[in-house]
Amino acid sequence: MFKKTSIAFALSLSLLVPAVSHADGIVGLVTKTNTNPFFVKMKEGAEAKAKELGMTLQSFAGKVDGDNDSQVQAIENLISAGAKGILITPNDSKAIVPAIEKARKAGILVIALDTPLDPANAADATFATDNFKAGELIGQWAAATLGDKAKDAKIALLDLNANQISVDVARDQGFLKGFGIDLKDAKKMGDEDDKRIVGNDVTQGSEEGGRKAMENLMQKDSGVNVVYTINEPAAAGAYEALKAVGKEKDVLIVSVDGGCPGVKNVKDSVIGATSMQFPLLMASKGVEAVAEFAKSGTKPKNTDGLDFVNTGVELITDKPAAGATSITSEEGLKKCWG
Amino acid sequence: MATDDFEAVAAKAGGTVASFEVEKLSLGERLQRFLHNYPTAAPIFVLLLAILAFYLIVGEKFLAPFNLSLVLQQVTIIGIIGVAQTLVVLTAGIDLSVGAVMVLCSVVMGRTAIEMGLPSGMAIMLGFVVGALCGAINGFLITRLRLPPFITTLGTWSIFFAINLWYSQSETIRSQDIAEQASLLQFMGISFEIWGARFTLGTITLILLFIGMWYALNHTPWGRHVYATGDDPQAAQLAGIDTNKVLLSVYIVAGVICALAAWTLIGRVGSVSPQAGQTANLDSITAVVIGGTSLFGGRGAIFGTLIGALVVGIFQNGLALAGVDVLWQQFAIGLLIILAVATDQWIRRV
Repeated sequence: MFKKTSIAFALSLSLLVPAVSHADGIVGLVTKTNTNPFFVKMKEGAEAKAKELGMTLQSFAGKVDGDNDSQVQAIENLISAGAKGILITPNDSKAIVPAIEKARKAGILVIALDTPLDPANAADATFATDNFKAGELIGQWAAATLGDKAKDAKIALLDLNANQISVDVARDQGFLKGFGIDLKDAKKMGDEDDKRIVGNDVTQGSEEGGRKAMENLMQKDSGVNVVYTINEPAAAGAYEALKAVGKEKDVLIVSVDGGCPGVKNVKDSVIGATSMQFPLLMASKGVEAVAEFAKSGTKPKNTDGLDFVNTGVELITDKPAAGATSITSEEGLKKCWG
Repeated sequence: MATDDFEAVAAKAGGTVASFEVEKLSLGERLQRFLHNYPTAAPIFVLLLAILAFYLIVGEKFLAPFNLSLVLQQVTIIGIIGVAQTLVVLTAGIDLSVGAVMVLCSVVMGRTAIEMGLPSGMAIMLGFVVGALCGAINGFLITRLRLPPFITTLGTWSIFFAINLWYSQSETIRSQDIAEQASLLQFMGISFEIWGARFTLGTITLILLFIGMWYALNHTPWGRHVYATGDDPQAAQLAGIDTNKVLLSVYIVAGVICALAAWTLIGRVGSVSPQAGQTANLDSITAVVIGGTSLFGGRGAIFGTLIGALVVGIFQNGLALAGVDVLWQQFAIGLLIILAVATDQWIRRV
C-alpha cells in the first residue's frame, strides 16, 4: 500500500516540472568566484548581451579561487538544463577538461574566457586577455621609466598564491621578460636567479595580502624600487605599506586589471602603470558566439597567430615611456570596468 | 585459654599515622601538572623558541625593533578577532562567522560614510550596531533554538557574507577616497615610532582590548560565569547562572569586537573591500588553539590567544625573511596546530 502511494506520489511530482521555454536558448556562465569584481562585471556584460540577443543566461561560480569541484558541478547542471553554450573562466585549467569534454560531446559550445584551458584546444574557443603580454607591457614600461637605473633595480614580485596558476605565472613571467630578465622556465614563477629580484610573495589578490607581502619583501631588502603586483587591489595594499614608511614616492608600482578603482589609482599616482583588460568585451563576445552557434552552428575563429581570440590589453599610464604605447588615465576611465 | 596478646601485635605494627602516599612524579608528569595549571606556558615557550631559531637562521635583521613591531602590526586584525573567538571558544562553542561579520561591518562603515554621505562618526557607530546585531542573531539561534554553534555560525557565515556582497555590489572603496571624505575611518592606521619600532593605534587598541578582556574574564562575575558555562553548563545552571543569558552576551560581545576589527582593518589597509577577511575565521581559531585555549571549553587564558597569534606571525615573517617557499609556511602552521591540540589533550589527562 505504501509502495503504491509513494510511486504515485513520485510520478505526480514529475508532472509538476514545468515545461520552461527559454527564448533562443540557454547560455551558461561559470566564473572562478562571484566575489572578485572582475567576474561580477563579466557577469553583467554577459547578462546585458544575452538580454539583447534574446537568450537566457544562467550563471554559476566557484566558491573560492581554485575551486574546481563547484565548476564541474555547474557544467553538469548546464548539460542537464540543455544549454546551448557554456562560457567558463576555469579555476583549474587541467582538472576541468574532462567535464568540458562531456559538455562538448553533448553538442554544447564551450568557450574559455580570461584563462585558457590546458590544453587550450580543449575548448571550442578562448576569448582571453593575453596575460603574458599584459605583464610584458608593464615590464617594458618599468624598464623604460627607470632608464639607466634599470640594471641596478631592486624588484619585488607580489603574486597571487603558491599554486602556480596560469594567469599568475603568465603575468609574472611577462613582466620579467618585459623588464629584461632571464626567465629560466617560463612556466614557473620564482625560479629566476637574477640578482635584481628581491623575492616573490603571495597576496591572495587582496589589499591585506598586498600590504603584508610588501612589508615582508621590504624587510628582506629596504631598497626595493620596482614592485610588480598581480592585480590592482594588491597594488593598493602595497602602496599602503610603502606609505607607512614614507617610501611611496620612491617606488614604482605596476599592475594588471584596468578596474575603475585601479585606473583612478593611476591618476592619483598610486600605481605607475597598469595593463587594462576587457572583461565586459570577453563576456559579450562569448554570448554572441553562443547565439551564432545556436542559430547556424558555426564556431568562432581564433585571432591570427594565436590560439585564442585576443580581447586586447592596453597600457594605462600618465607617464608614458619610450617604446611603450599607452593611453592616459583620463581615457582609461572611459573604458574601465567596476 | 592462652592470653591473646593484642598489644604485642600492635607493637609490631608501624607507628605512623595515616598519611597521603607521596607520589614519585616523573619529569613528564611534573611538566603535565605545571602546564595544567599554566596552559599559556607552552605557547610562550614555543614563541621564545621560534624567535631564537629565526634569529639564528635569519640574523640580526629579525630581531630589529622595526621587524618585531611589524609582526605585531601584521597580527593585529587576527588578534582582535581572536579575542572574540576566545570568548566563544571558552563557552565550548565556535564562531565561523567572525570574518564575515568583520567585512560586513567594514562595508557598512565605508558605504554609509562615502556613498550615503553620513558623518564618519555615525558611520562607525552604525558599523558597531551591525556587529552587535549579527552577534545577537548568532546568540539567539544558539540559545533559543538550541542549534549547535558550529552549524549555526557555518550558516550565518554564508548569510552575512552574501549580505555583504549584495550591499557592497562587490565594489571596493578606494583608500584615497576615504582619506578625502571620511578620514576618521582610517583612524586606527595612524602610526608613531618609538625607538625604531613602529606602532599603530590599531596595535594599541589590540593591547588595550586584551588587557580589558583579561580583567573582565578574571575579575568580574560575568567573566567567571563565562568560564563556568563553558566548563560544565549543567553545573553552572544548578549554581544559579543563567547560561542562556551568558551565551547571548558572549556572542553579542564577539560581534561588537568584530566591528572593532573592521574599523582597524580600514585603518591598516586604507580601503574598504568586500573580499577582505575570507580566512579570518580559521586564522582566529588557529591563534586561539595555538594559544592553549581548549576547544572543549572552560579552560584557557585570553593572553594565550595573543601569544598564539604572535607565534603564527613570527613563523610567517621569519620564513618569509629566510626566503622559504610560501607552502612551507602553511605546513609549519598546520604542524603547530596539531602540536597545540595534542598538548591540550595530554594536559587534560592529569
